[in-house]
Amino acid sequence: MSTPQTAAGTIAGTVAGTAATRKKRHLSAYVALFPAFIIVLLAYVVTVVWNIWISFTDSKVLPVNIFVGTKQYERLFTTARWLLSLQNVVVFGILFIAGCLILGFLLAVALDQKVRFENTFRTIFLYPFAMSFIVTGLVWQWIMNPTLGLQRVADSIGFTWFRFDWIVQSDLALYVIVLAGIWQSSGLVMAIMLAGLRGVDRELWKATRIDGIPTWRVYLHIVIPILRPTIITASVLLAIAVVRVYELVLATTGGGPGISTEVPGKFIMDYLFGRGNIGLATSASTVMFITVVILVTPWLYYEYFRDKPRGN
Amino acid sequence: MRGLLMALVGATALIALGVTGAQAEGKRAEVLHWWTSGGEAAAVRELANTFNAAGGQWVDTAIAGSGSTARPIGINRIIGGNPPTAMQFNTGTQMNDLAQQGLLRPLDDLAKEQDWKSVLTPAFYNAIQFQGHIYGAPINDHGQNWLFYSKPVFAKAGVTEEPKTWDEMFAALDKIKAAGLIPVAVGGQPWQLQLMFNAILLGEGGKELYAKVWKDLDTDAVKSDKFKHVAEVFAKLRNYQDPGSPNRDWNVATGMLIDGKAGIQFMGDWAKGEFIHANMVADKDFGCILGPGESNFMMGGDIFVFPVLKDKAATDAQTLLATVIMSKEGQLAFNSKKGSVPVRLDVDNSKLDACAQKGLTALKDQSRQILAPDVLTPQDIVQTEQDLVAQYWTTPSMTADQFAEQFAKVIEQAK
Repeated sequence: MSTPQTAAGTIAGTVAGTAATRKKRHLSAYVALFPAFIIVLLAYVVTVVWNIWISFTDSKVLPVNIFVGTKQYERLFTTARWLLSLQNVVVFGILFIAGCLILGFLLAVALDQKVRFENTFRTIFLYPFAMSFIVTGLVWQWIMNPTLGLQRVADSIGFTWFRFDWIVQSDLALYVIVLAGIWQSSGLVMAIMLAGLRGVDRELWKATRIDGIPTWRVYLHIVIPILRPTIITASVLLAIAVVRVYELVLATTGGGPGISTEVPGKFIMDYLFGRGNIGLATSASTVMFITVVILVTPWLYYEYFRDKPRGN
Repeated sequence: MRGLLMALVGATALIALGVTGAQAEGKRAEVLHWWTSGGEAAAVRELANTFNAAGGQWVDTAIAGSGSTARPIGINRIIGGNPPTAMQFNTGTQMNDLAQQGLLRPLDDLAKEQDWKSVLTPAFYNAIQFQGHIYGAPINDHGQNWLFYSKPVFAKAGVTEEPKTWDEMFAALDKIKAAGLIPVAVGGQPWQLQLMFNAILLGEGGKELYAKVWKDLDTDAVKSDKFKHVAEVFAKLRNYQDPGSPNRDWNVATGMLIDGKAGIQFMGDWAKGEFIHANMVADKDFGCILGPGESNFMMGGDIFVFPVLKDKAATDAQTLLATVIMSKEGQLAFNSKKGSVPVRLDVDNSKLDACAQKGLTALKDQSRQILAPDVLTPQDIVQTEQDLVAQYWTTPSMTADQFAEQFAKVIEQAK
């Protein structure tokens, strides 16, 4: 990351000459970045702190400063819809991330076999990602609706035994959202994985071929471990999509049938705007924030701080 | 570059003019509302014309989407110190928080001067007050517990008479089912399911139970056998829907009646707009029932609230607008296009359709004027119950007892 910067610095340094000017330049860089620091501070830190404070107040339509302790949290965790939302986001998250990684990897491997029209296929696979979640959701809603989509088509050409109505069954509708999500995001994972695969040393393949190791074992035991950073990048991107999943649910099922496909993001938006209960919405978003911090912190530590030289 | 800059400055000036236009001249009023569909926009135009004819200048700020999109925008502007001259709210408790913070202009003097008390129904006169002060000018009255039915479908299934009880209704639904048609056009969105539940609660449970549940938030009433009976009737309707109902829009469901595919639909009187659009005539091509069971009129509606403004000219414009809204001409002009009923009952209603006449007959009897849950109870409670109703509808394993138990729990928590 820092290489281009250093290179530019060196060239600029040679032109400018002395160390004093270099120092001055650092200062001017800080001055230039100062507004950005302030914005980050205000936009992230202050709003998060404010959000947490409001979650301990009795705010309804308007934010007010009447402290009520943990009342909002107590209500939140006895609200059926919130508990269901949490459960849904966990199920969705696991299936969605696993599905995208597996499908994305398989697509990337397929494309890596020096197929013809690779660029065309890549565009086709990546295309869903360029589409808005709202469009994805609507398309899936129509395809899955038993009175409009696939089932009706099958019915009309004589396959009356054909049933495909997950979207109207409250215990299966969540999997429709998983499918739609995978359909949309696995193209992105494919692109990332393909870049990773291209980075694998060609010599390695030659060596394994000489040793007569079957291709699948090379992928499983050599290539996948090499791709670890790539897989982590893809997983983080997908995990972010899981936490903020909102439009997909809104467009595909609207949270239904009933409330069976509700997710935390939608809960927060609904209570914040439609239902005029800022206190409950901010307590829900605080819970989401803390969950993300708890999940991300060990990972950040593991990835970036663990291997720092300690100078033993 | 310079051109772009000038254009930007120009655009900003235009926006500033539009937003703070109230200060510009005499009776200029910026009105924020969310009436954007065809019929709604036509109704707003009528009201704007009446206002302009009375010496005002209507500046329209229509926000597409529903109230849950537009209300936060308006509220943010009020808090941010840049309020519109007037803003639409639904009748009821929505305005209370703003009123409590002293952000809305009380209209007590105006109401006294123009004697709003005698022209409004008592229920609505109470609904525009908060802590003894009047904060809203009501514009319309929407009936929410209508049951529309397709006359051709009834005829095809051999249903000759309008069902008066739920037993008769279920018999009729069975006939429709036997005729190979969809008995009930259900829009499976939570708000529509709750509308359906409330219509049954009022019709079958009766207005006393309804008032105990939604007005007094009485948990004993919720746990009563009568409430559970209502829940069972509601649940029984599950057997009469079609598989495509989840997440179906209300107007699509109305379309099923229009196309002669489905028999009945529970919906507010805004559904009439769809029937009229399809050239159907009330009481001839489609019928309307307030019931079955006790025949009451569940009233909801829209009001305008007026943020506190420092500018004298803008305040005068507010006064004029409130006067126009409450005038007979303003009420009639708006409501003849909106499908709703004027809140003033002394208006000449002869031009309204057969269903509206039926509603007006009910409204003449004060004991049959029932306020909608949104008017009686904070949004928060109404909508949390809405989740529960939707969950109950889609979870056949949930018993009426469990439903009543959880319904009571929501009330206790949110109180």
